[in-house]
Amino acid sequence: MNTIRQFQDVIDDSGGYARRLKQGSGGKILGYFCTYTPEEIIHAAGIHPMRLFGTRFAIAHADAHLQAYSCSLVRGVLEEALAGRLEFLDGAVFPHTCDSIQRLSDIWRLNIDFSFHADVVLPVKLDTASARKYMADVLRKFRRELEEKMGLSISDEALLKSIKTFNTIKRALEKIYRLRSENPGIISGADVYTLVKGAMIMDRSEAAEKLSAFAAALGSEKAKGPDARRRIVVSGGLCDHPVIYDLIEKSGGAVVWDDLCTGSRYFEGLVSEEGDPYEALADRYTDRVVCPAKHSSITARGDNLVRIAKEHSASGVIFLLLKFCDPHAFDYPYMKEMLDGIGVPSMLMEIEQDLPSEGQLSTRFEAFIEMLR
Amino acid sequence: MSEEQLKKDPEKEKMKVKSVKKMKEIMTAYYIDAKTASQNGKKVGWITSGGPVEPIIVMDAIPVYPENHGAMIGAAKMGVDLCEKAEDMGYCRDLCSYARSDIAASLVNGGPIGGLPAPDFLVCGNNICGTVLKWYEIQARYYKVPLFIFDTPFCHTEFSSEAREYVRRQIDEYIKFLEEVCGKKFDMDRMKEVGRLSLQGQRLWQEVLDTSMNKPAPLSAFDAFFHLALIVTLRGTQTAVDYYVMLLEEMKERAAQKIGSIPNERYRLLWDNLPVWYKTRWLSEKFASYDACLVADTYTTAWCGSLDYLDENDFLGSMVEGYTRIYLNIGVDEMLKIIKKMIKKYEVDGFVMHSNRSCKPYSLGQYDIMKTLQKEMGLPSLMIEADMVDERSWSESQIETRIDAFMEIIKQKKG
Repeated sequence: MNTIRQFQDVIDDSGGYARRLKQGSGGKILGYFCTYTPEEIIHAAGIHPMRLFGTRFAIAHADAHLQAYSCSLVRGVLEEALAGRLEFLDGAVFPHTCDSIQRLSDIWRLNIDFSFHADVVLPVKLDTASARKYMADVLRKFRRELEEKMGLSISDEALLKSIKTFNTIKRALEKIYRLRSENPGIISGADVYTLVKGAMIMDRSEAAEKLSAFAAALGSEKAKGPDARRRIVVSGGLCDHPVIYDLIEKSGGAVVWDDLCTGSRYFEGLVSEEGDPYEALADRYTDRVVCPAKHSSITARGDNLVRIAKEHSASGVIFLLLKFCDPHAFDYPYMKEMLDGIGVPSMLMEIEQDLPSEGQLSTRFEAFIEMLR
Repeated sequence: MSEEQLKKDPEKEKMKVKSVKKMKEIMTAYYIDAKTASQNGKKVGWITSGGPVEPIIVMDAIPVYPENHGAMIGAAKMGVDLCEKAEDMGYCRDLCSYARSDIAASLVNGGPIGGLPAPDFLVCGNNICGTVLKWYEIQARYYKVPLFIFDTPFCHTEFSSEAREYVRRQIDEYIKFLEEVCGKKFDMDRMKEVGRLSLQGQRLWQEVLDTSMNKPAPLSAFDAFFHLALIVTLRGTQTAVDYYVMLLEEMKERAAQKIGSIPNERYRLLWDNLPVWYKTRWLSEKFASYDACLVADTYTTAWCGSLDYLDENDFLGSMVEGYTRIYLNIGVDEMLKIIKKMIKKYEVDGFVMHSNRSCKPYSLGQYDIMKTLQKEMGLPSLMIEADMVDERSWSESQIETRIDAFMEIIKQKKG
């Protein structure tokens, strides 16, 4: 479909897109790496928030700063910056999540000459009143930092408007996910990922408009006939490999939902459009489904995955874990056990920027999907 | 008694640190206490090495340190076996080897002391890493006991007033938590006493480490790795204070008599990161064969890094800053400043970094530190790729070659 083509074009040449966006509006662009970045505040400042995803190139510069046991996302984004391929950025924002991103922030600050650098040191535990208060305090502090260092001001009205824009994007993505879960044949997993990823890169008003129209059109699509494929849920950090969705589908599976940072963890839970916008944002970032680098309860992520598996009648779960991502690797055994407890089989696949051959991947997916009843 | 045993080499005897025996006795008594705690009606709280232990001492509960346990497992060379057990449980080999070996030891009561006593509660301070959060969540699910997370916002370039307020509120929450899990009131007078002892212990530990400024250094980093145990596990007790008084006296005496930690100290080096627990002797002897002594290290120094912030008259209040601004919870450039000070203070000729696969907060950033030291101070550096407990990450011939090459450079520079 046309929309998917447009989103794909943005992804394929995100640097070119960013440069054109800058020339057109004369605005500024800030890069970020994870869904704990308060992009609504950046957007309300008239700055374009742009998510960065590793590199497609071989690592040539980052190895002088990061050991080989760092994940390919951290090494990849540093490589992009050191190689000068992110020259369109005015800076980067680092929300506190894992140990690797935390040190990446230091290394980035010491080696890359952007005008703006912010550490948004969010709380790690999210289940107490004092953490909730600190969350709101940190968001307000981030606002002040943007205002002071960028020489601008962020009104509550502008922030509310941005919140609405992002809510529109999230609502549309959730609708697309729901329609797919009801009727997996109407859109491929790779296309869904193109929409999610594109929405993190392109102009947000444009993304909101296009995704809403797309979701509405998809809703009026006729149901495809009975689908014999096995219903698969994907869980992990991020999966920046559309080919994985293709291979799962070719192996007789249909991805019906996910528990990914580039997926449901991004769009689930809207920000309230009423009251103080910073309190509303703090509520959302505190209540959202956690990344494993955050704590809300000792079984929060397992409970959530079980809920997803039940709600979407999953036949099986595929854990896609980024190699050297410690928080996810620590959660895997108990989450698998909880799935075992409700009789949902799962498989684990470790991924990096460079994937194994398609043949190897297919063999593993086929073997897994074959055994699902 | 055989003749051989009677004739001990007096030179070798002189070199030995006498306090070692006492230390072993104290640690044995401590673990016996901890393992029999439930019989004596005492609670056991597991706590991270950077966690706020003093309030647990106030409650008369016994703090137990899974990280110290990890170190013992590593030193006993039992790490690989336990790490492999954890991998069988589904924990990836790339994960922290302290965590892997401790998680496995819980299940099979493994390791040199047959596993740790089960906890009544868990206290996780994330000022050292994000790994402990995951590790303690796992143990909270396994033992089904309450978990308190002491969340200390990372200080890349500053300790913000917002973070300060958040940590301060958590101190109150922590005390409430302890009152609930221990079933009694928190005694503020006792806190003053424990706080005083904690500070006294930390000051003494710093003084012990300072004796390495002497040439030759009476104590090496490898010695410090051993003597560190009490400032970690018994911080805030009279036992730790008494021990370090004794150790300090012995070190001063050695310094006066010019007894070095190694026989012929000619080169002085600084160690970075956790020890390679299963190879401390090998490393110590390897460097000693070049007359090089690792006179200080960033790791054991971290347990006195809070001295600038702690206040004897308001210990609880000053814990906010003392526990947040510790060595690993700060930016790479802040760590670099501390390293530079140590380089001058201990007059070292080179820097030895352990790039530790288990510890990303400690290891990521080391390349930048190395480059800056080379550029600004012309200081030669060596990086050893290894792991603190998992011996499978140790490649001896490669490391030996690198040490040989590094010592050549040091020799040429210093002559």
